[in-house]
Amino acid sequence: MSSTFGPLTRTDLVRYQGASGDFNPIHHDEPFAVSTGLPAPLSLGMLQAGYLATWATDRFGAGAIRSFRVRFAAQVFPGDTVTCDGTVVRQDTESLDVEMTCTTQDGTVAVYGWATFALETP
Amino acid sequence: MVDDSAVGAIGEPFTLDVERGKIREFARATGSANPAYLETDDPVIPPTFLTTAFFWQTGVSDPWTAVAMDQRKGLHAEQEFVFHGPPPRAGDRLTGRSRIESVTRKEGRSGTLAFAVMVTEFHDEAGRHVATARLTGVETA
Repeated sequence: MSSTFGPLTRTDLVRYQGASGDFNPIHHDEPFAVSTGLPAPLSLGMLQAGYLATWATDRFGAGAIRSFRVRFAAQVFPGDTVTCDGTVVRQDTESLDVEMTCTTQDGTVAVYGWATFALETP
Repeated sequence: MVDDSAVGAIGEPFTLDVERGKIREFARATGSANPAYLETDDPVIPPTFLTTAFFWQTGVSDPWTAVAMDQRKGLHAEQEFVFHGPPPRAGDRLTGRSRIESVTRKEGRSGTLAFAVMVTEFHDEAGRHVATARLTGVETA
């Protein structure tokens, strides 16, 4: 089952910037963002990656995470709503692999993700 | 303009103390209400938490500056975190060390793309290699 986050607000971006320590002004400083050719400050790829991590750890366990990889594919802006979803593509007795996507409301994939979780031993 | 000579640049080791309050702040900022992060005394870190090395890694411990990527044309292309066992927990003191692994160029539709990869290895106080972060940045033409 998918999880939806948003509509994203500038506050969500600023909150993530404060939490992560990435203070790139392109994500909050409108004149700076516009000077780079963007229409407005854009979201952080790592915020969308964090939403994917939230989706995945809610399903497969926070302590079981063993690897997490993302590739950023499209820009996300405040006002967008993103949906995280994924499928288990491999599983054995020790671990499972998940492939994930974070998509915007028009179906564009903003982030592709891959994760491996250990399976709890009884 | 990305500097090819950055390859091999290595930062000084830096400390990253994994703290419960920081985990709570990070979990909330990434939309998580998971009790594993919010309601235990020694929560594990969320999968992307080690990005908070931003707060610990400065100056001599950050070789990324050697890449000299233009902040107006630079983008985060990929990010990976590998945990070589259970993820670190609040209370752990990690030592991180970063190095520039590669700089490569690729022809794109609108010119040359320059990719740079920085690898950061994290060890715990017992010397165990607990996590590896791999950041790929790209500078567009």
